[in-house]
Amino acid sequence: MSYRIEGTTGTWEIVVGLEVHAQVISNAKLFSGASATYGGEPNTHVSLIDAGFPGMLPVVNGECVAQAVRTGLGLNAVIHLESRFDRKNYFYADLPQGYQISQFAHPIVGEGKVVVDLADGSQREIGVTRLHLEQDAGKSIHDQDPTRSFIDLNRSGVALMEIVSEPDIRSPEEAGAYLRKLRQILRYIGTCDGNMEEGSMRADVNVSVRKAGEPFRTRCEIKNVNSIRFVMQAIEVEAQRQVEIWEAGGIVDQETRLFDHARGETRSLRNKEDAHDYRYFPDPDLLPLVIERDWVDELKAALPELPEAKRARLEETYGVTRYESGVLTAEQSVADFYEAVARDRDPRLAANWMLGDFFGALNRTGHAIDDSPVSADGLRELLGLIADSTINGKIAKEVLEDMFETGESASAIVERKGLRQVTDTGAIEAAIRDILATNADKLAEYKSGKDKLFGFFVGQTMKAMKGKGNPALVNDLLKKLLAE
Amino acid sequence: MTDMTLAAARRALAAREISAVELVDSHNKAIESLNGDVNAFIITTPEQAREAAKAADTLLAKGEGGLLCGIPLGVKDLFCTNGVRTTAASNILRDFVPPYESAVTANLLSEGAIFLGKTNLDEFAMGSTNLTSAFGGVTNPWRRSGSDAKLVPGGSSGGSAAAVAAGMVLGATGTDTGGSIRQPAAFCGITGVKPTYGRCSRFGTIAFASSLDQAGPMARNLEDCAWMLEAMAGFDKRDSTSVDRPVPRYADALERGVKGMKVGIPREYRAPNMPREIEALWEQGIAWLREAGAEPVEVSLPHTKYGLPTYYIVALAEASSNLARYDGVRFGERVKADSLDALYEATRHAGFGEEVRRRILMGTYVLSSGYYDAYYLRAQKVRTMIQRDFLSAFEKVDVLLTPTAPSAAFAHDEKPTDPVQVYLNDVFTVPASMAGVPALSLPAGLDAQGLPLGLQLIGRYFDEETLFAAGRVMEKAAGFSTRPALFAEFGA
Repeated sequence: MSYRIEGTTGTWEIVVGLEVHAQVISNAKLFSGASATYGGEPNTHVSLIDAGFPGMLPVVNGECVAQAVRTGLGLNAVIHLESRFDRKNYFYADLPQGYQISQFAHPIVGEGKVVVDLADGSQREIGVTRLHLEQDAGKSIHDQDPTRSFIDLNRSGVALMEIVSEPDIRSPEEAGAYLRKLRQILRYIGTCDGNMEEGSMRADVNVSVRKAGEPFRTRCEIKNVNSIRFVMQAIEVEAQRQVEIWEAGGIVDQETRLFDHARGETRSLRNKEDAHDYRYFPDPDLLPLVIERDWVDELKAALPELPEAKRARLEETYGVTRYESGVLTAEQSVADFYEAVARDRDPRLAANWMLGDFFGALNRTGHAIDDSPVSADGLRELLGLIADSTINGKIAKEVLEDMFETGESASAIVERKGLRQVTDTGAIEAAIRDILATNADKLAEYKSGKDKLFGFFVGQTMKAMKGKGNPALVNDLLKKLLAE
Repeated sequence: MTDMTLAAARRALAAREISAVELVDSHNKAIESLNGDVNAFIITTPEQAREAAKAADTLLAKGEGGLLCGIPLGVKDLFCTNGVRTTAASNILRDFVPPYESAVTANLLSEGAIFLGKTNLDEFAMGSTNLTSAFGGVTNPWRRSGSDAKLVPGGSSGGSAAAVAAGMVLGATGTDTGGSIRQPAAFCGITGVKPTYGRCSRFGTIAFASSLDQAGPMARNLEDCAWMLEAMAGFDKRDSTSVDRPVPRYADALERGVKGMKVGIPREYRAPNMPREIEALWEQGIAWLREAGAEPVEVSLPHTKYGLPTYYIVALAEASSNLARYDGVRFGERVKADSLDALYEATRHAGFGEEVRRRILMGTYVLSSGYYDAYYLRAQKVRTMIQRDFLSAFEKVDVLLTPTAPSAAFAHDEKPTDPVQVYLNDVFTVPASMAGVPALSLPAGLDAQGLPLGLQLIGRYFDEETLFAAGRVMEKAAGFSTRPALFAEFGA
């Protein structure tokens, strides 16, 4: 599965580390009471503190701290009982105070790890270096007017968790898997919605290349990539670019770049990051952040079941396969839905139906699990009708489609359409005799040894019975009558 | 009526011997007649004050009203006042009207205080002469005997000190970062208290150096300061460095006396070039306390000599960061330029005076990468050692006695051209600021030219009460009652 770039001078491997900025789910900003809700008219979610008014002071929002701790626990990371906020000073128009408050030197969360699943079924561990809290900046738009910039401070001061990985990633696929896993964990814990389109999760990608066994070479940072697909593409094109430079005898400059997905290239970026001299020092308006071990333990005890644990439990409890458990735990709501369906139903049958027809119907109708027209109870009822032989599997597929369209319950549809399966052996036998009579030629062929025609007779019988024949009974009776 | 102390005015108002309207009127009149010469006020609000006085009288008539009901005060123009222009004596905030009230002024208002205006200061509180104000310097109401030379009031709370000394208000708020309450109090012959860091909320006070800035009262005597501090202080959850401790009734501590008290005399404060008069006054202060039953003890604060350089690193680093928000985009007159960086440069050059620019540049320098460890980090370590000096001294003594400033007020045209010389004004006040311990300055005598000199008392964290008790003993012994040349006496 290893990812290699074959160059003219040999084989190159890539080294990637990710810095993910995840917006904390909270009612208020990191240091003010203003709303942290996404969107809204420009500059409507801004307090005097966020706008950097004279004399305004930051006060840490405890819920944001709790969210960072929860996330750290979800990443199996060290929680630092004492951390500190620094000011990172640099001038930029969307930074009203002239500095960003960030846990530069002493982050609240230290080393942790994330286990990612790869397409070949293998797993890899990616190290997390740290997670720290910081303020988001405002948004500045420079291209709407020739002489003016527009500044929206709605995001200014919103709490972000910056989650920094070790340079452990060795392929675009691993980067994608890491981001998906991280997002899954954040969503499970409820600390970030992981919505990359709205910018509530975005990644800075550090890429370098090297020959096997070499130390690290110069890396470039690709800023603010806002989809997992783009992260993977950006790594690919940036690694290729660096290989070409090295092989042409050039030197890769350490710089900040942006990924232009339309052109499929990375470009050197000139912006506030040019201000290399950030001038950090401890924020004198804030005391060191000291939290209690007991409080951390309480948060830990209250954490929801995390994806890995849930996956193992589903396999153990319901006997689903490794693959199925992966799909079923991708989102917490899917797992909840499955467990609601599987409760006192055959869990294998429930998994087959969820992953097959039910997901198919969701996709076809453009719904997500959270707004599914068919509830978990609805699907459970349908599986119940199969289990008690009211309908057979084939009819059930038809019923499910109808449920998606009409929103009616399975039993209502079965009654309305008269889909109860026929278990009356007399009626089945009559249908079979009819088929055998009208297909005397096929019957003769069968009897002369063409066994495969058995399936033809089954099909014809079911068709004659409009699919409602009990499949087991049809099989049994057919065998008996063919043997006559 | 302007010759009353704040404490006497409180009693007279409560007894209905005078009305708040009369009191405010006479002070408004004093400001009107003297502010042209003294320039203690940047903004005055006489009508607003008069309305407030009427409301105060209504309350007083019912026997109600807070600690300072009807008391006319000046507010250093570093405190944001809702709907009233707040400039920090800088061009960049020349037209800034805050839509909010600072915690300290809100506390004073809720105790019934009446604000007559916003007092002048060194720009962004940076200075010890009050000559760096964008609204012109303040003139000390005092004159040398036989001279008309205009003297500086000290700074940065020079406007507040001058206003109190000249009888324009009964008290005024100050802020002290490295001596900005104590040094002008000494220069103007009044009393000023820098409480423990964390005692008064910094919310709504325009920041100079956040880890040092602390608001405090400036008034004619200790009792006045005690009432004002009680009203100003208190926990505020909007300031993370504010401390949640009950506020004592400081006035109750005034007459505790000093019997058995140990008074530390820090060896290192005996500067080699200290004027004889300052030295003599200090000895006098020691004698007063000894006579009242205290025991003087020589103590050592070994890191004192590092106080000033360390202060200028820490304070200016914080200042450079705190003033970054005045970027010309939202505050001040924006100077047009081709790029964003150029716009910042041009606007900040136009908006900030020379001293502020100098300090921002120094602060930026000490924080820049490559210098951070050598300057800022080292300064933080030295600061910790200075704090330890005080902690170990206070294991042996209850209070420390030192001079407040190395000289009396000097004339406007005697201002040293070397900024480092100016910075030496803070040499005795800075260490207490670095440690965050409370300190006060009270007028203890006059020099040969008839100018007031101050003595400083430094106390344990949150032990302002001991400072008030020891200070009261010295205040009684000194019997300081001389009035400055410019003193408005209006009314009865």
